[in-house]
Amino acid sequence: MIDTLATHYNYYAVVALLGIGLYVLVESNNLVKKVIGMNVFQTGIFMFVITTGYVDGGVPPVLGEGGEVYVSPLPHVLILTAIVVGVALTAVALALIVRIYSEYGTLDEEVLQRLYHD
Amino acid sequence: MIDHLPVLLIAVPIVGATLPLLVGLAADRTGWPLAALTLLVQAGLATWLGVAVATGGAVSYEVGGFAAPYGIELVVDGLSVAVVVLVAVVALGVLAYARRAGPHTDTFYSQYLLLVAGLSGMTVTGDVFNLYVFLEITGLAAYGLVATGDRPSAAVAALKYLLIGTVGASLYLFGAAYLLTATGTLNMAHLAELLGTEVAYDSTLVVTAFGLMVGGLAVKIALYPVHTWQPDAYSRAHDTVSVLISALVSTVAAYALARVLFSVFTVRFFEAVPAAQTALTVVAAVSIVAGSVLAVSQSEVQRMLAYSSVSQFGLVVGGFGVATPAAVIGGVVHLVGHAVMKGGLFGASGIVRRATGAARIEEYDGLAARAPVAAAAVAVLALAMVGVPPGVGFVGKWYIVLGALRAESWGLVAVLLASTVLTLAYFARLVERMYFTPPAGADEAHEPTVTDGGEASEASRPSSERASDGGADPVSLGMVALVVAAAVLAVALGPAVPAFEGAIEGAIQNLLNP
Repeated sequence: MIDTLATHYNYYAVVALLGIGLYVLVESNNLVKKVIGMNVFQTGIFMFVITTGYVDGGVPPVLGEGGEVYVSPLPHVLILTAIVVGVALTAVALALIVRIYSEYGTLDEEVLQRLYHD
Repeated sequence: MIDHLPVLLIAVPIVGATLPLLVGLAADRTGWPLAALTLLVQAGLATWLGVAVATGGAVSYEVGGFAAPYGIELVVDGLSVAVVVLVAVVALGVLAYARRAGPHTDTFYSQYLLLVAGLSGMTVTGDVFNLYVFLEITGLAAYGLVATGDRPSAAVAALKYLLIGTVGASLYLFGAAYLLTATGTLNMAHLAELLGTEVAYDSTLVVTAFGLMVGGLAVKIALYPVHTWQPDAYSRAHDTVSVLISALVSTVAAYALARVLFSVFTVRFFEAVPAAQTALTVVAAVSIVAGSVLAVSQSEVQRMLAYSSVSQFGLVVGGFGVATPAAVIGGVVHLVGHAVMKGGLFGASGIVRRATGAARIEEYDGLAARAPVAAAAVAVLALAMVGVPPGVGFVGKWYIVLGALRAESWGLVAVLLASTVLTLAYFARLVERMYFTPPAGADEAHEPTVTDGGEASEASRPSSERASDGGADPVSLGMVALVVAAAVLAVALGPAVPAFEGAIEGAIQNLLNP
């Protein structure tokens, strides 16, 4: 138990981030907090992919740097792309929130639901 | 030139998307002609590629000259070429609708072309991570397009779509990461080779990857119970956008599911993990029933059409879940047919709202007299969707049921047959009201009837409470032409399928036995 905790702590961090992110996304009434929850959820996945690329004692895959074990650069490159996508999504979400606030004057989901269905 | 066709399908709309913004700085209202030009080129390229694939077999393209599986590969086979042609033709056709229906801003057409680029990319890519990127490009463009609706509630619908859609796409990315961890590759063909040989199909990593990827795509397809973003997004968006996204976005996501099922996991995965196949078929069956029940309980026409999509995509995914050649052919035929029929129905409901102000089902009373062309189109498309021969809906369902019968999955056969009755349950009352129920206000019935192609829409409008919004908007020839074309196609595609059966079957056989 202690062993797995000590060697697999990154996966526990990933699970915690996914859980916290989804919880905030579902449970929070504030739209901005929902977007933050979405970001935390995505970050959990980013963390997962990056840690899968980690090799104990590995060095960056640069020729001439020496070293026996190289770390795969692929997960980092993938996540760099995914982060860009995440930033774009956040920007669109915040733009929508600005419009919702200027139209309805609230960011509270419950109040919004009432106004929305009228 | 021919070698570069697959990448041009993505590059042309992306470059085209910058033009309305740039030219818009110098001249006003250039968005529509530029988008039309770009999509004409796109449709030409797609058709050219279709001919090339039909005669010469699948085309593969290595982006930047890096050999697969290290580089990014684009693959166009018989299935993807059908979807690419569908995307190009529908996008071009919807532009005819947008000419008058608007929105007329340049930025709208930039987003429109970005959506086409994302959809084309999802279709031709041969790499699971690239599929994620194009999924998000499609998503971003779609969220923006939904928010262009006139009413402020469009922004709320778009935000809901964004939050749920992002979770779906993230789950797909998570699944792709599991596959990368299990095999060390992202190329679809290479994955299909390694799965089952290097990595056991029933290993936890692979089964989890399957669950996450299918779950993520199910959100994008809007299967029950993760469909909740869809009715709001479809009914609050601008009419043009409703037509476009109802015809294409879920369709291409369902195509991506077929790609993941048959090009990555392959049918041998289903043989090794029967529980995965059962789970997929059960989700499909639940979607068919729940979508229909929800559609029956709606009073707004566009929301009813949106819930009907939940049910119809259940049929398509059910066909893929059975995974026999006949069922997969049925799934693909219904996928293409549904795009034409649902796009046409949304177009017709938009025309009806503009011409008469009717948006709710009880307001469709006696519509046949007030807007005969739109009513006829709705009736033809609805009956084709129910599965009345020779409509394309009949042919798709026929093959799916045939495949399910041959695979002896009796529960699914029962649901598939019941789905016809369920579809009839929500479309029949629409047809009945249009043709056999006189309008509520008797005096209005004596007003001169006008065709819905016309200028006199103001006169045909019921005076009282129906003209809540949009009643006075003009209806152009292009809008009517698109809807009529969709109705004609929905009927004509049905008999055409057997003629193409050889070609489709060849492509499906290649897909199922790589």
